[in-house]
This record gives sequence, structure tokens and C-alpha cells, in this order.
Amino acid sequence: MSAGALPGNGGPVFDPALWRGLTQRRMSRRDALGVVGKGAGLLSMAALLASCGIAGSAERRGAANIDWATFWKDQKTTKQLNFANWPLYIDSDHGKTVSLELFTKATGIKVNYQPVIQGDDSFYATVEPELAAQEVTGYDLMVITNGWYFSQLVENGFLNELDLSKLPNFFEYSSPLVKNPSYDPGNKHSVTWQTGFTGIAYNTKMIKREITSFNDLADPAFKGHVGMMNDNVELGSAALLRMGVDPVSSTMADWKESTKWLEKQRPLVAGYYDQSYISHLENGDTWISQAYSGDIFQANLSGYPHLKYVTPKEGQIVWHDNMVIPRQAQNALSALAWMNFYYTPKIAGIVEDWVSYVCPVPAAQDYILDVIKDPTVANSPLVFPSAQTDKLSHSYYIYRDYNDYQSWNDTFNPIIES
Amino acid sequence: MSTDLIEPARPAYRQPSWLRRHSPPYWLSLVGGGWMLLFFLIPLASGLIVSLETGNPVSGYTLTWNWHIYSQLFVHSDIPYMTFFIRSLYYGIATTILSILIAYPMAYFIAFRVSVRWKSPLILLVLLSFFVSFVIRTDMWSFVLAQQGFVITTLHKLHLVSSNFHILGTSNAVIGGDIYNNLPFMVLPIYVALERIDRRILEAARDLYSNGRQVFVRVVLPLSRAGIFAGVLLVFITTVGDPVNSSLLGGVGTYTIGQAIQDSYLTNQQFNVAAALSTVLMVILGIIMFAYATIFGTENLENLV
Amino acid sequence: MTTNSRPRRQRRSPWLAIFFWVVMGITFVPIIVMMLYSFNNAPTSRITFAWNGFTTYWYRNLTQVNGLTHAFLISLEVAILSSLISVIVGTPVALALGRFRFWGKGPINAIVFADIAAPAIVVGAASLSFFLSINLNTGLITILIAHVAFNIAYVVVVVRARLSGMDSAIEDAARDLGANAWTTFTKVTLPLIWPGLLAAFLLAFAMSVDDYVITSFIAGSTVTFPLFVYGAAKVGLPPQVLCFGTLIFLVGLIVALANGALNRHQLARATTEDSLAAPAQPQPVSSS
Repeated sequence: MSAGALPGNGGPVFDPALWRGLTQRRMSRRDALGVVGKGAGLLSMAALLASCGIAGSAERRGAANIDWATFWKDQKTTKQLNFANWPLYIDSDHGKTVSLELFTKATGIKVNYQPVIQGDDSFYATVEPELAAQEVTGYDLMVITNGWYFSQLVENGFLNELDLSKLPNFFEYSSPLVKNPSYDPGNKHSVTWQTGFTGIAYNTKMIKREITSFNDLADPAFKGHVGMMNDNVELGSAALLRMGVDPVSSTMADWKESTKWLEKQRPLVAGYYDQSYISHLENGDTWISQAYSGDIFQANLSGYPHLKYVTPKEGQIVWHDNMVIPRQAQNALSALAWMNFYYTPKIAGIVEDWVSYVCPVPAAQDYILDVIKDPTVANSPLVFPSAQTDKLSHSYYIYRDYNDYQSWNDTFNPIIES
Repeated sequence: MSTDLIEPARPAYRQPSWLRRHSPPYWLSLVGGGWMLLFFLIPLASGLIVSLETGNPVSGYTLTWNWHIYSQLFVHSDIPYMTFFIRSLYYGIATTILSILIAYPMAYFIAFRVSVRWKSPLILLVLLSFFVSFVIRTDMWSFVLAQQGFVITTLHKLHLVSSNFHILGTSNAVIGGDIYNNLPFMVLPIYVALERIDRRILEAARDLYSNGRQVFVRVVLPLSRAGIFAGVLLVFITTVGDPVNSSLLGGVGTYTIGQAIQDSYLTNQQFNVAAALSTVLMVILGIIMFAYATIFGTENLENLV
Repeated sequence: MTTNSRPRRQRRSPWLAIFFWVVMGITFVPIIVMMLYSFNNAPTSRITFAWNGFTTYWYRNLTQVNGLTHAFLISLEVAILSSLISVIVGTPVALALGRFRFWGKGPINAIVFADIAAPAIVVGAASLSFFLSINLNTGLITILIAHVAFNIAYVVVVVRARLSGMDSAIEDAARDLGANAWTTFTKVTLPLIWPGLLAAFLLAFAMSVDDYVITSFIAGSTVTFPLFVYGAAKVGLPPQVLCFGTLIFLVGLIVALANGALNRHQLARATTEDSLAAPAQPQPVSSS
């Protein structure tokens, strides 16, 4: 009798044969005992395989003591650029990316643009093995946020030092905010792609009063509708700022102290979200949330004008997503060429008009206003912030070493994971 | 005709004679068995090994036979892993029980209440949601059930719920998502088991018991136990380890062990912690399923094969 | 005649039917919403609640989203390759289990069972542990390896079930008539288990193309369709994801219907060819 005899031939995906197979008894006790016996053997095999452990990044650093002048002299010009970036982080008009097309037209370099970065941690975990083995990652340009993983890339010798003589536009047009940053002195390894602020956003339909402070995130009136970030760096920095402590100069004692407020606030929180905080805010699941300025700007333009971003009076976080060139990049000169090309009012303006975080090229404001004719973006204090806003902006804490990083994680992860 | 109806006892492994001459079963299972050994079983064991390593992603992990980690995770941890385990088991049990309660009547309906020609189409309907990508269909629920989605706005307009009412972010939302995603896994095996019941037995039972309820309790239910068993196996295990429903539909207080394993591996790069958690999960599930199989399963399964 | 065919007609309360259709209705909600909103003229490239009118714009610009099409193609590639490999590798195992009694059969059965029963999160984490330990970089290759590893078990179960419903006397007969092992396999066994292989392939394909949990651990920098959707779900899905979802749904449905029709056709043919065939009815409980 074939399996077709059962009338349950609903679909190919769930052939009844499978279900019949699954309901069959297939193991006797003797078999089971045999399995246990063999398990021991298996375990020793696995132990053997794993006995060398998992190599850490420190043992696998890239080559040191490179003469960068010679390095750049030896680089050959190519007509290709492999660009790894975050999703929705470059201009896009009906599938066309004008900035990249202009670049190709001007230089003949074809760009393979890949929005593969979902998070610094996961992307670092992705490229680290190849970088450590000194193999080609397939990317010539990657965008990494300043923070632990950026520092790891630098420290492990996974990045090329930039030939700044090939970046005249950067020195001519870049804003002071992105020149010589604390996490990368002298822009030795990176130039900024976009800057962003982390503050608070709220739904003006649901919240009728003025929001001014981190303490509003702990207002019992908003119980069950408060969104916080599950990025422990953002979460911890917000708690530190609320206490009036600048994260950069904070100590472990400050961290511990700051968690008290987070713990007290916890019962009011709807969720600790990753990037999804923005859809929760848009969907009304949360009324008030930690937020990135650029997301709120985009949300305002795409049908959510009632969301409002505020810089808390205690201050906000400023972060930078940076373009870096990994070692073993096959088209390092193309990457440099793009960096330089990007730092012009025109190209930065085209990108900014779509991305709307904080523009690293202040002169792009005029280009967006006069040529693209988009005053919403050009006149936004979120995209082209005032000096006043800059003063309220603080950077992340910079970890001294892994233990330091681990202490931060151990302090703030228990808030998020529970 | 009547002799056809009772299947003769299956001859025990009547091997075709030509096969007996050589000894090819080892050759046949060499590649496939080897693949599963190398890429399924050894990894499971290597998970245990990695859990006994110490170190960090910078200096690397070395095998130090640190059995201590298991007590560290459950006794001296700032992060309440024990809670995650209990919560995940609760989601698993709730989902499994509710799935049986929902799936059984559905399977019964298809098996006994519709004519033969409608059975296949109905089964296909039950399976329909599987033709939509798992992540998409789960995210569609979070879209539908969002605060400004049409379900809640409708409830608001009808003044059935307070403005504070929400579904997303609650344990109920996670369990609901789990049930939705696993229901076909419960309906199908139960249906197959019910379908395999000889209708003449039912007639005999009706003659003996006369009462419909008794026929169901004494005959149908016991005979479909194998189906329930297979369904429980699939649904319970899938639900307990699942990180997707709790992360897309959950909120504060719905963090599951699946999420903990994913986060400690991929975000925090604490390989030993992640490996330890997944080893514990495997052992717990193994014990539960073994106990379940011993108490409810095996004998009946044998009869039904 | 067919005494065991139909349950006796009785007066029955409609509650069972109502219950069935209500539950089905609820499970259709996400599907309907997905299809509907793939046609919504949303003002931005993310799905929104407001209905802004009907458009086929997103279908006409299906490939517009950076990375989505690529992820989809990667998923197709992985699914096709891994299903093919697992059918090729798994079928012999099913033959060994279904046609022989040998030392090691029990353990292989147990492995197959464990492979299906093991929670995806454990398999994913363990596979990553393993790949890290042997220093194999994660990426397309590791995805393929792991997908084959879980698909083999499904293939074995489906094909073996097909085999067990097949009388081995036919193979014996072929052998007695002078066919060698290979000829017997290609001329007799293979044609008979062919529908099983097809079903196994499709099941493996479906399992592979939709896997998120295991893949999330071992994908490295490779982005498959479920990984892309999961990432995109966090910022709001682009409508094109719904279009892809709708198209996949329709293709799956068509394949399912075609396969159902094929099976019915085969069944009908088998029954007419062999007038002595047992009636296509549920198997009675084994008397042994």
C-alpha cells in the first residue's frame, strides 16, 4: 500500500510519509544503551577537535609595522569598489543611487554596494576571522560605529592607515565635529560617513506635555509605553547622562550607580528594542522612547509627523559611523577615491537629503537648499545642528581593555536581559 | 476481499536475496551517516566542550574543563538564566497544551466529518501558512496587533478595551505566535493517526458502548495517542528553543532562553556561556521528552506502526 | 462492500465545523494582510498601516531594495543545493535502513530521530561552536553544510516511509530474472520510490529556504532571505518583501496543487493497472 493510500496527500511539503515516519517507534532500549556508549567516544572526538580552543583576536592580529607610505605607493589603481554599509543608509531613488552613479561617471570605478551590515557586533564577528587570517574579506570599504568594535579593528591591525594626502576634500569641507575625533586621533584610520544623536523621541498625540529630560522616561503615566534601547552602550550612556555624568569620563562606580534608576524604571518599560524601537514608536506601541535623531527625521517625512525628537536637557549622545578600509582590501585606492569624492557639498548633499542623519559636510546645507531645493532637510537642526546642540553632545565611554568592556556588559546586560 | 482488510503480519525484514550476498548497508549509509555524525552529532558534543572553555574573544578561549560555569550561570549570575529557562518551558507547555486543544478538533473534523474528496484540500488549507516565510508571517502579526494596527484600533472604537490595552509585548502575544506557527505540526500527526483508525472498530465500539462520548474516550483518543505524541514532540521542542516569536512579538519580561543563547553568542561573544546554555537546554529537553515517552508514548506507538 | 469506508451519517452539531473554520480564518489573517499590503500605495519604502490606494508599483520595482534580491537568490541557491545534496546522500541511508538489518542500524535511526527532534537553537549554537573550534570561517559553505545536515534526516524519513510501503519481492523478482544490483535499483527501486524522492526534495527545500534560527548562527557575512527579512523587520519591512512573500506563497501553492494532482493521477493509474490492489483506504490496525 503506497503512501498515496492515505488521503492526507495535502501538499508536497508535508508528505504523510513524513508523519508516519515520525510516529514510528524507532529505538529500543538496547539501541539507546548503545547510543550512550558511543556518545562517550563521540565526546572524546569532539574534545580532541576542540582541544586547541578558539583563538582570540589578540593571537591573530594583522601585520604590524607597516610602512604606510610604501604601502600606498605600491597600491594599483583599480576600477572596482566593494562597499559594505548598513541598510537604507545611502540615497536611493527608485533603485538608483545617484551619488554612486556620479562617482562611477567621474572615475570609471564600478561600485558593488552591499548593505550587509546589521550591527557592529555581528558584522565584526563576520569579518574578524578573515581579517585575522589575513585573507581578503571582499570589502574595500566598511562603515563601523565608533565603539568597542571600531577600537578592536584598530587595535588588532585590521585597518589600513589612510593616506590623508589623497583626501583634500575632507580637510576642506568636513565639520569640526568629525575632524580628529577622540576614538581615532588624527583620522588615522577613518573618516565619518554619518553622525547621529541619541536622545528621546515621543508621540505628541499620546503625550500632551513637554518632554525635556531623561527623567520623563520614568514617568509612571507612560507605564507600558516606554521604549528603551537594548544596545547596552546607549542604555548605559543615557543613564549616566541622566545622573549628570559624562560617559567619557565615567567610572565603574558611576555605572553601578546609574543602574539603580534603570532598575526602578524597568516596570514601566514596554521593551528593550534594537533598531525596531522605531517601528514600535511609529505603531504607537511606545509613546516615548530612546531614539536616534535621523530615524525620527525620516519618520516625520514618512507619515509620522507627530513624532518629536528632543535633546534632553542633561545632554545627548553623539556617535559617528565611520568609513574604514580593511587590510587586504583589493581596491584600497578606489576606497580612498570614494572617501574624497563623498566629502563634497554636492555628493554629501545628495546622500544627506535621503539619509538625514547628521551631515559631516556643513556646506552641503546650501547645496540641498539651492540645488535639490529641499528646505525641510536643509533647515533641520537635526541634520545640520547648531553649535549649541554640539555643546550638549557627549561621546561614548572608551573601553580600556576587554575586562573594562566586560564590566560594562556585566553592569548593564542584566537590565536588558530578563 | 475481507482477507485484504486485515494486513498480514509484516514478515520481519525479508531481505531480497541479492542484497544478502553483499554487505552494502554500510556503504549505503557511509556518506549520509558520516555527514550527520560530523556535522550534527560532533557539533552537539563540541558544544559541551566549548562550554567548558574559559577566556574571552580577545585573548581566545582555551579548554580548562571549567565545569564551574554551570553553577555560575544558575547560582551566581546577575542575569537570571534560570528564569529564562522556566519562562521558556512555560511558553512551551502552554503552547503545546493549547495547540492540542485547538488542533484535535480540527484534525477530528477533517478525519471524520468530511468526505474523502475534501480531505486533501482541507489539509492543504491547514498547511497554507507554511507557504509564507516564517519571519514574514510572524512579523505580519506584530503589524496586525500593533497599537495602531486595525485589531486594537477597532477594539478601541468599540470601547471594548481601555486605551492602555495592548497585546504586543506580553507573554500572551508570544504564546499566541508560537501556537500560530506550530499549529499545523499538531494538526497533521493527529489527523494521520485518526485517519488510520479502522472505521469498523468504531462501529464495533458504538455497538458496545452506544454513547458517543465513551467511544471517543475509550477508543478514538487512545488510538490517536501516537499522533498527539508526535505533535507534542515537534511543537514543544520547537517552542521552547524559539527566539523569534519572543523577540518579534514580546517585550520586557518575555525574554526566552533562545534569545539568551543567540545574544550571548552573537552579540556578547561569550561563547562558553552560550554553549553552556544550549547544552543545558538540550539536556532538559532530552529528559522531559524521555520521561514523556516513557509515561505516555512507546507501547501505543508500537501497536500503531 | 466497502464496509470500512465512510463514517455513518448521523445528526451532528455544527460546532466542529464552525470551530475549524474560525481557526482557519485566524490563521489566514497574516497571509491576507501580507497580500493586501503588498499592493498598498505606501508613501515611503516601508509598510504603513494607512491604506493609500492600490498600486502594483512594488511589484514593478521588485528588485529595487538593495540586498533583497541578492538575499533571495542566495536562499534559492542554498535551498536547491542543500536539498539536492541531501536527497543524493540521504536516499542511500534510507535504502540501508529500509532494506537491511545490520549492526549500527539502531544508532543511525536514533541519529535521524535526534536530528529532527533537536531544537534549532541548539543545533545552530552547536554548529557555530564546532565551526569556531575547527577554525572554519562561517559563510555560504557552512550554511550549506548545516542545511544538508538537518535535511538528510527529513529525506531519510520520507524516503524510508515510501520504501516500507513497497514490497521488496518486486526487487527480488527483478534479481531472479537476472538483473544486477545496479539495474535492479535504477529500473525497479528508483522508479517506485521516485515520488518519495520528489516529496523529500520539496520538504528539504521548504525547510532550507525558510530556516532562520540555525542560519542566523552560521551565516557569517552571507545574508539569506529570512535573515534579510528579520533584519528589515526591525526598521519596518519594505513593501517589496511582502511582494516576495506573496510570490513565494503563490508558487508554493501551485507546486502543492500540481503535486497533489500528480499523486492522484498516479494513484488512479496504479489502481486501474492492478485490479487486485488493496482499496485505497486507511490501513487497519496491525493485527500482530
